Amino acid sequence: MTAPIEVTGSEAEAQPDAVLKGVDRKAIQGRSLGQIAWMRLKRDKIAISSAVFLVVLIIVSLPGVTGLITGLVGGSPNKFNMPLVDATLGGPIGKLGGMSLDHPFGVEPINGRDLFSRILYGARVSLLIGVLATLVSVVIGTVLGIVAGFFGGWVDTLIARTMDVFLAFPLVLFAISLVGVIPSGFAGLEGNGLRIAILVFIIGFFNWPYIGRIVRGQTMSLREREFVDASRSMGAKPGYILFREILPNLYAPILVYATLLIPTNILFEAALSFLGVGINPPDPSWGGMLSQATELYSVAPHFVIVPGLAIFVTVLAFNLFGDGLRDALDPRTR
Amino acid sequence: MGAVGLLLIISAVTFGIFFLVPKAAGVTSDDLAARFAGKTPDAATLEAIKDRFALDEPVPVQYGKYIKSIVAGDTYDTGVETIDCPAPCLGYSFRTNQPVFDEIVDRAPVTFMIAIGAAVLWLLAGITIGVVSALRRGSVIDRVSMGIALAGVSLPVFFTGLLSLAFVVHRWQLLPEVNYRGFSDNPFSLLLPWICLAFLYAALYARLTRAGMLETMNEDYIRTARAKGLPERTVVVKHGLRATLTPIMTVFGLDFGLLLGGAIITERTFSLPGIGQLALDGIYQSDLPVVLGATMVVALFVVLANLIVDILYGVVDPRVRHS
Repeated sequence: MTAPIEVTGSEAEAQPDAVLKGVDRKAIQGRSLGQIAWMRLKRDKIAISSAVFLVVLIIVSLPGVTGLITGLVGGSPNKFNMPLVDATLGGPIGKLGGMSLDHPFGVEPINGRDLFSRILYGARVSLLIGVLATLVSVVIGTVLGIVAGFFGGWVDTLIARTMDVFLAFPLVLFAISLVGVIPSGFAGLEGNGLRIAILVFIIGFFNWPYIGRIVRGQTMSLREREFVDASRSMGAKPGYILFREILPNLYAPILVYATLLIPTNILFEAALSFLGVGINPPDPSWGGMLSQATELYSVAPHFVIVPGLAIFVTVLAFNLFGDGLRDALDPRTR
Repeated sequence: MGAVGLLLIISAVTFGIFFLVPKAAGVTSDDLAARFAGKTPDAATLEAIKDRFALDEPVPVQYGKYIKSIVAGDTYDTGVETIDCPAPCLGYSFRTNQPVFDEIVDRAPVTFMIAIGAAVLWLLAGITIGVVSALRRGSVIDRVSMGIALAGVSLPVFFTGLLSLAFVVHRWQLLPEVNYRGFSDNPFSLLLPWICLAFLYAALYARLTRAGMLETMNEDYIRTARAKGLPERTVVVKHGLRATLTPIMTVFGLDFGLLLGGAIITERTFSLPGIGQLALDGIYQSDLPVVLGATMVVALFVVLANLIVDILYGVVDPRVRHS
């Protein structure tokens, strides 16, 4: 190893200035990894528009805001509008499923409930379950993944095998049986509040291995790095190394995969509601609306299109944003 | 060994879901028997159910009895008559009084045809698109097909399925109704379920294949293969694709196994009477033996598909054969 070059006095200060003559000093300030990623992300128009869409969606599905908007357009999501549907066939009166300024997405066949406000209220359920379930997965997956990757040995074997078993589980079947056996009142919750809690728990619990695998793999490679050796040689305990040294280096991949897990979980919730074990009617949910549409698509095709597009656009926006985030944080995968 | 272990774990968890969760929520064995029996059970049926599942015994004993009857068969008293159930005995449905095993065998052709047809389509489409996109990285073809693929993974089957039913079948009448009940029916009436299911998976596999190919085509041995003058076709197919296929086969084993055990959402969307629909009906009606049986069958298929994939590894990747 060569000794560091010693530059003393005026020479030390003079050198950079000489190199940088005429360059604005501000322009070459050191940037953190986060700042670099943010700069890359800002240039990704698709990712930014997806993010804007999602932020708008989140704002309109906040409790106070949804009521305010549906008060102006659409009305209550559970109000029957019998004059708007054909009394004999049950289909909405008018073109495109009865779309009008009052009912921009048309009305439901049979009972004429406003689709716009049902979609808005359904958005809240989808986002809530998608995000909370992802949080559950991230917490379980991160803790188990980091422990498996760091300690290795039998701990790793046990956790890795558990993940394999989880991935081979017939998830949908399990989820529907679980929702089916849990009584209507449980742990002080009831109705759809209980349903949401159960769905969050089930979806989150079954999806943790996706995060767990990634965290485990990354931890295994980080474990061998010099800064971990350095920390250990200074007497740091495993807990400190795990959560103060290694975990901060995992934020980027965890953030990316969490963003990509949210749409998967939204689809899962929609699928369960479609199968009749998600949110209970009359409360609106996107999957539940499609479930009703299985019998009504011939009378009112818009009843398939509207909730289906809501799912599609939301899930696509999360996927596009997640992809953009990944490209920004780790350009090699592009 | 691992296969049997997986089967045991999955059946134990299913068992836990049906017996431990209600118990933890304070449901008594009488309530449980009543729930399994349906709306208005008589005392004899309740006793038969309690006896059948040994509901008054600890859960591990119940589980042991269940596994034993699968391996060795069982005879039991329904309260009316004594029924002999040969191995593999998955019990009797409380609703139809049919052996669960027979019901599953009856439904299997529908599920198999859905899964096989879709799998052929999605493998062909997904892998081809993935390879072409990787080789023409950044080109118009790559961008368009990856855009479609991203849209594809965001489109659930119950949306594309209902959409195609509403328009292709009902509005435009381009295809006849989707109707398939067994091997004697025309399998091409399953075209729409195949396409809808395959679209989702093809999108997923195209993304996987593209990522894998991009990585492999940068390996040193690809350069070596090119340097020794092999035609590009050989380099791509024999050297590049072959290495990329291994991880894709792992994913395929899981996906295909799960589908063979019941394409629940596809079956529900198109009202097809497959194993998934059977399990779903079992859940709606708390017909526990049916649900347990269907879950066991899914687990079996996942395990079998994984075994076959492990064997195929040796064919695709010679390194596996030697070790």
